[in-house]
Amino acid sequence: MIRINDVHKHFRENYVLRGVNLEVNDGETLTIIGGSGSGKTVLLRHIVGLFHPERGTVEVDGVNLGEVAEEELQEVQKKMGFLFQDGALFDSLSSGENVAFGLRHQGLPESLISRKVAECLEHVGLSGIENIRPSELSGGMKKRVALARAIARDPKYMLYDEPTTGLDPIFSDVINDLIIHLQKTLKMTSIVVTHDLKSVYKVSTKIAMLLEGRIIATGTPDEFKNTTDPYVQQFLNGSSKGPIKLKIKEY
Amino acid sequence: MLTRIEDQFIAFLDSLSKSYFLVQKTILGCFAKPFEAKLVVYQMVSIGYRSLPVAMLTAFSVGMVLALQAGYSGMYVFNEPLYVGTIVAFSIVKELGPVLTATVITGRVGAAITAELGTMKVTEQIDALYTLGTNPIKYLAVPRFLACITMIPILTAISNILSIIGGWVVSRFKLDIPSTIYWSDTLDFLRIDDFFHGFIKSFFFAAIIGFVSIYKGFETKGGAQGVGKATTQSVVTTLVLIVVTDYFISVVLVAIGIG
Ligand SMILES: Nc1ncnc2c1ncn2[C@@H]1O[C@H](COP(=O)(O)OP(=O)(O)OP(=O)(O)O)[C@@H](O)[C@H]1O
Ligand SMILES: [Mg+2]
Repeated sequence: MIRINDVHKHFRENYVLRGVNLEVNDGETLTIIGGSGSGKTVLLRHIVGLFHPERGTVEVDGVNLGEVAEEELQEVQKKMGFLFQDGALFDSLSSGENVAFGLRHQGLPESLISRKVAECLEHVGLSGIENIRPSELSGGMKKRVALARAIARDPKYMLYDEPTTGLDPIFSDVINDLIIHLQKTLKMTSIVVTHDLKSVYKVSTKIAMLLEGRIIATGTPDEFKNTTDPYVQQFLNGSSKGPIKLKIKEY
Repeated sequence: MLTRIEDQFIAFLDSLSKSYFLVQKTILGCFAKPFEAKLVVYQMVSIGYRSLPVAMLTAFSVGMVLALQAGYSGMYVFNEPLYVGTIVAFSIVKELGPVLTATVITGRVGAAITAELGTMKVTEQIDALYTLGTNPIKYLAVPRFLACITMIPILTAISNILSIIGGWVVSRFKLDIPSTIYWSDTLDFLRIDDFFHGFIKSFFFAAIIGFVSIYKGFETKGGAQGVGKATTQSVVTTLVLIVVTDYFISVVLVAIGIG
C-alpha cells in the first residue's frame, strides 16, 4: 500500500505540491486528474523516490522513502514500474534491449528474457521490433516500448504518466485494456495520470483530482460523474469558464 | 545583491559536497559487485583506442617543434645544436607529455562524456535507470572512470615515445645531428624517476578528466542548451584544474624525490 502524507515540494517560487494526502490500497487502480502543470508528474516522481518531499512522507509498504538508505530505496524501487511521460528510452540500446534492461539484473536465463521481451512487446502491439533503435520509432511507438519496459518485471506497483497521450483512439483503448488486464491477472496496483476522460472512467476504481498543490476530491468514477463540486465539474466538462482560475486571456 | 552573492556561495558549497559524494561513490563503486566488465572494456576502447591517432599525431608534432626550437636556440647560443635530445626528452617525459595528452583527451573524451551523460540526464534516462533498479554510478560513472584512469596513462606513455621519435626526425634530417648523439643525449640523462614523475601526473590528470566530465554530465539541467553549457564548463574546468594541479603535483613529487 502507498501512503502519501502532507507532501510539499517547490521549485524556487513555484510551490507545486502544498500538502498532498493520498492513499492507494493494493489492487486498486487510482487515476489522478488535474490541469496541465498542476504537479501530477512531480507527485508520481515522489512515489518512485526520484524526488524526496520537503515536508511530509511517502510510504510504500510501510517504508518511508525519504528516510531509508539508498540500498533499501532500491529494493522498494524494484517493486515499482514507472512509465515516463516522454518515454525516457535508452537511445544507445535497441528496443528489445530497452525492454530487457530491468530483467537483465535479475539473473534470469537468456531464453526466458527474450521470451518475456517478446511477450511484453506483443502486449503493446509491437511484436518483432526488438532490433529497431528508439530513434527510428514514432512518438507513440516510443511510448509503447517504454510501457513494455516498465511492465516487463511484473512490478507490484505500476505508475503510468499519461499512457495514452499521443496514441490514436484505438490504441488508447488497447492500453486501457492492458491496464485492466494487468490489474485483474497480476493483481497489479496502478496509479494512472491521464487527461483522457474515457480511460479515466474505464480503468479506475478510484479517482483523485489535483488542484493547486492539493488533492481536492477523491471518489469512485460514479461519484465523480454525479459530483456537485464546481471545480471537478468544470474539469470534467472541459470548460474554460468556472471557478478554476487559469492565467489566460479572456475572449 | 547580497542575496545573489549568498545564493552563489551556497550553490558553490552545494556543488563541492555533491562532487565529493560523487567521487566517493564512484571509487567505492569500483570495488562493489556486480562488475560490469563488458561496459568497462567498451569504454576503454572508445576512450583509449579511439583517441590513439589524435594523441599520437599531437605528440609527434610537439616533439618535432621542440627539437627544432631547441636546436635553433642552441645554435644561437653555442653555434651548435647541443643537447637537443636531452631537452626534448626531459620536457616531454616530465611535463609536456602528460599535460598535452590530458589536454587532447579532455577535448575528445571529457566533452563526449559530459555531452552523453548530460543528454541522458535531460531526457530522464538516468532517472529511468533508477526506476529499473540500476545504479547510474555503477552503470555509467564507474566504467568511464576506470577507462580514463587506465587508458590515459597508457596513452601518455605512447605519446612520450612518439614525441621523442618526432624530435629525432627533426634532429636527424633538419639539424643534421647524428642519430647516435641524439639517442645518447636522450637516454644517458633520463632516469626511471623522471619517467615516473610524468606517469604519476597522468594518473591525477586522468582522475580529473573522469570526475569532472561525469559530474558535469550528471548535474546537467535544461535541455539541449543545458547540455551545451555543461560540456563547455566541463572542458574549461578540466583544463584549468589540470594546469593548476600540475604545478602542485610537480612540487610534491620533487619534494619526495621522484624526478
Ligand atoms: N525539475 C523541475 N525543475 C523545476 N520546475 C519543475 C521541475 N519539474 C516540474 N516543475 C514545475 O512543476 C510544475 C508541475 O509540473 P508537472 O510536470 O508535475 O506537471 P503535470 O501536472 O505533470 O503537467 P502535464 O499534465 O502537462 O504533464 C510545473 O509548473 C513545472 O514548471
Ligand atoms: Mg506531466
